[in-house]
Amino acid sequence: MSQINRISDGLIDRTRTITFAFNDQRYSGHAGDTLASALLANGVKVVGRSFKYHRPRGVFSAGNEEPNALVELRRGAYQEPNTRATVAELFDGMHARSQNHRGPLGFDFMAINDYLSPFLSAGFYYKTFMWPKAFWEKLYEPVIRASAGLGSLSGQPDPDTYDKGFLHTDILIVGAGPAGLAAALTAGESGARVIIADDDFRPGGRLNAETLSVNDMSGAQWSRQTLATLNAMDNVRLMTRTTVYGAFDHGIYGALERKTDHLTSSDAAPRQVLWRIYAKRSIVCAGATERAIAFGNNDRPGIMLAGAVRAYANRWGVSAGKRVAVFTNNDDGWRTATDLVDKGVEVSGVIDTRNIPAPASVPGASIVMGASVVNTAGRSGLHTLTLSNGQTLKADCLAVSGGWSPNVHLSCHQRGRPVWNEAQACFVPGGELPLGMHIAGAANGSLSLSAAITSGSDVTAQVLTSLDIPVAKTPSIKAEDEPTNIKAFWHVKQSTKRCWIDLQNDVTTKDIGVSHQDGFHSVEHVKRYTTLGMATDQGKTSNVLGLAIMAEHAGKTIPETGTTIFRPPYTPVPIGALAGRSRGKDFKPTRLTPSHAWAEERGAEFVETGNWLRAQWFALPGETHWRQTVDREVSQTRNSVGVCDVSTLGKIDIQGSDAAEFLDRVYANTFSTLAVGKVRYGLMLREDGIVMDDGTTARLDEHHYVMTTTTANAVSVFRHMEFCRQCLWPGLDVQLISATEQWAQFAVAGPNARKLLSNIVDDEYPIDNESFPFMACGNVTVCGGTAGRLFRISFSGELAYEIAVPSRFGNSMMEALIEAGKDYQAIPYGTEALGVMRVEKGHAAGNELTGQTTAANLGLGRMVSKKKDCIGNVLSEREGLNTDNDLQLVGFKPVNTGTALSAGAHFVRTGQSAITANDEGWMTSVAYSPSLGHSIGLGFIQNGQDRIGETLTAADPLRGNSTTVEIVSPHFIDPEGERLRG
Amino acid sequence: MIINHPLLGPRDAAEFVYLGDAALINRPDRSADNAADAFYEYMYLRDNPAGELRELWYHEQGDRSWLVVTRNTLTHEISKVELARDVAMASGRNR
Repeated sequence: MSQINRISDGLIDRTRTITFAFNDQRYSGHAGDTLASALLANGVKVVGRSFKYHRPRGVFSAGNEEPNALVELRRGAYQEPNTRATVAELFDGMHARSQNHRGPLGFDFMAINDYLSPFLSAGFYYKTFMWPKAFWEKLYEPVIRASAGLGSLSGQPDPDTYDKGFLHTDILIVGAGPAGLAAALTAGESGARVIIADDDFRPGGRLNAETLSVNDMSGAQWSRQTLATLNAMDNVRLMTRTTVYGAFDHGIYGALERKTDHLTSSDAAPRQVLWRIYAKRSIVCAGATERAIAFGNNDRPGIMLAGAVRAYANRWGVSAGKRVAVFTNNDDGWRTATDLVDKGVEVSGVIDTRNIPAPASVPGASIVMGASVVNTAGRSGLHTLTLSNGQTLKADCLAVSGGWSPNVHLSCHQRGRPVWNEAQACFVPGGELPLGMHIAGAANGSLSLSAAITSGSDVTAQVLTSLDIPVAKTPSIKAEDEPTNIKAFWHVKQSTKRCWIDLQNDVTTKDIGVSHQDGFHSVEHVKRYTTLGMATDQGKTSNVLGLAIMAEHAGKTIPETGTTIFRPPYTPVPIGALAGRSRGKDFKPTRLTPSHAWAEERGAEFVETGNWLRAQWFALPGETHWRQTVDREVSQTRNSVGVCDVSTLGKIDIQGSDAAEFLDRVYANTFSTLAVGKVRYGLMLREDGIVMDDGTTARLDEHHYVMTTTTANAVSVFRHMEFCRQCLWPGLDVQLISATEQWAQFAVAGPNARKLLSNIVDDEYPIDNESFPFMACGNVTVCGGTAGRLFRISFSGELAYEIAVPSRFGNSMMEALIEAGKDYQAIPYGTEALGVMRVEKGHAAGNELTGQTTAANLGLGRMVSKKKDCIGNVLSEREGLNTDNDLQLVGFKPVNTGTALSAGAHFVRTGQSAITANDEGWMTSVAYSPSLGHSIGLGFIQNGQDRIGETLTAADPLRGNSTTVEIVSPHFIDPEGERLRG
Repeated sequence: MIINHPLLGPRDAAEFVYLGDAALINRPDRSADNAADAFYEYMYLRDNPAGELRELWYHEQGDRSWLVVTRNTLTHEISKVELARDVAMASGRNR
């Protein structure tokens, strides 16, 4: 079987033959074909099964409105479900499979549903699967899910790549049909920056599908010539295979450009690009979509839209059948009959619902005016029609035209509603359009060719004027003004058989009736109850028909019934395109610490902390468990010296004559009293009195402080401080800048820290205990003249310093520090050992600063100044935050020291059951302390500080354990702080 | 959305971080008699109008200006954009 329905002419390249496979059967087509045109050329009638009744279905349309011909395209990981065959450009080696059937396409086991159809009408699921309740999860839902849906996913990661892009333009023209091309010519010649986007691979819109002439040449020829003119203009960007899918706020448009979908392989190029287009103005020339008429058994393969049948003949050189009949309520349908006869295709009849003289002569056809099609026959393809006058007619293709609906979608994306035009029996854009949007051509109800072209030029002239761009004089375009008379006709009421409205969702006229009976009168309700207008086509060919029938049931007019809300996207956008490059590890940026390369060479294990990748520990050869490594790192640091990269902490540089005053207000404690050359721990509250963050702030000069924040809150603290500076106290002389990225900072901790650093810090900066005591800070030079900063602060509880150098020296600094500590067996330690040492010291960290804890909860209540105004101190005094049994941070140790504590365990008094009513607090952090030789923990418990020495139960029902613990001081190591002052 | 930054011109809203009602500029005086109530109202009680709202946006991916944007919550129409610092100064805030 080879292209038996191919006829003469068309805009395909017959010198290039393309082979493809549909359901593993090989076929051939030509360059310029879509999968649908090639299947029709090869006489393939059944291309899929319907959603609910599994009825055989054929190609229905010739564009993106297609409800039936949905296929799984490509194979393996590249497989894409629900691809519309009508817009899938044929390429060599294309593999497509039909969807939604069990067993072969010709014999679908699920077709039994068709015989059950009396039970499967609107609301079937809601009414049927009511009880027993327990059956939902186990039986009903799995069965329904298995039988619903259309195509299947490959289940594998998508191997293609997708990009995103941004474009700016004066005028965005949506659609390159007659109106769009006329608009682009006017705008382009006038010198405006223009983007014209068309979703087809061959721009021209209906010009390519009709035999109407423009400027005394064929429409297709004129469009080709015009595209060449536009392509030669530097100020015009022509984007083919690009669908503008949404109109967003303030002149922003979403567009999807299909870069390689028409190629056998993407060959590493991005498959699709998602564009965000910023346009001062847009002119929507999106054309119109034809709709059908509801009559008995109107879903058989071979029953198609009249404009599509004409398009297949004129553009693709394909006759959709050997013997075609036309059923119409308007003049446009007649052109399908005359065009086909001109091409030598047999037209067996034209049935027009209007009682008027035949508007054209169709040789060989039986013309029946004022009649309709009542029923059809032919199980897997149409062969007979029964008319309302009792006549029967043979046809293997019926071209149906119920009129054209302007594509108003983009005009309604900001919740605008279209208005009904009675004379043209269609909705046209109305009300308030999105900012800067104008509509031209068929999309605005200018349905004839000449009206569309004139509208394109005229609207563009107005738009240019509104942009203060002088309108260039362009030669007028001469085009045919074909008749477009119509008399609305929706539903053949004599039909006793099922009459389909929405082919994709198997919604029939009966369903609309049932829905009305069941009390669903609003169009939005009817949509949800019947599924009319849902799924991939979003009811492009069915919505208006459905509304009209709904209006009949309700005894209302169509404008009274109204439309459902139009939302983006206009056509489906793959999730892959929306994700773009933000997949897998590229989902968010990865920030590397300054010493990352060094740590990597050392074989460090890394851990993600927010966007940062930090060294978690540095295992040595022979260490088989992370605990071995971490215990060694802690012991070695506490016994000699260890180095840790702490550059991830936020650093904010604060300068100005009011810097001290500013800090007094953003911190709960006081900083104006801090001496130059000293560091102080600072506690920051939110305005609601809850702790926001903590850290140390150093006073480098009278008017110069450097604040550190926690790693997690670096961004939000800076944002908050800018809010305070600009919005609350705009008159303070203070400037802020984030310096997190500019400085590499290392903690050097342990009894030998000073000895190590004396090999690093240049001699003119003495660092002995007297010259540089605990909490001192200052500018220094290191390694023979490199500028740096030194802070004598300690998170580990040991004699410790933090040394900062410009980031570019960070990696070599790490190396130099370890080298300088060689005599003391200096080691690098990671975040895990850092964490163990902070639990041993009882410092609060992320697990304790949860955004729910007050200063008092943390045992830091006295830090909140009552004397000065600072963020949070008023609301921190609220009654609810100061009760008699507030939570307080304390330490915990297992009574049986061989037991491991578990974080998240809740405390109940000994002998009480582990239920919420008995809950007195919870364990926030635990660690194995190598220094003490047992597990230790921090946690919040009611009145904890008064209960030191008490034993109680730490219950962890989630992990199924329960431990007897003793409340202890949170300072497990060196509670007097002698080491860090040493 | 596009926010017409008073210093930088039209910028995509994606460059900004949203905070909320610009009434947050009017932080109460701690020394007033009713400070506790005033702070409670400042912190928790805010209008949620369907229509024009003055709100705070922070140009985090830009120059770090806090802006007061007057936006219609029904249509997203932005009728005014001001530097929050200017708004604060004009309402009498200073040091």
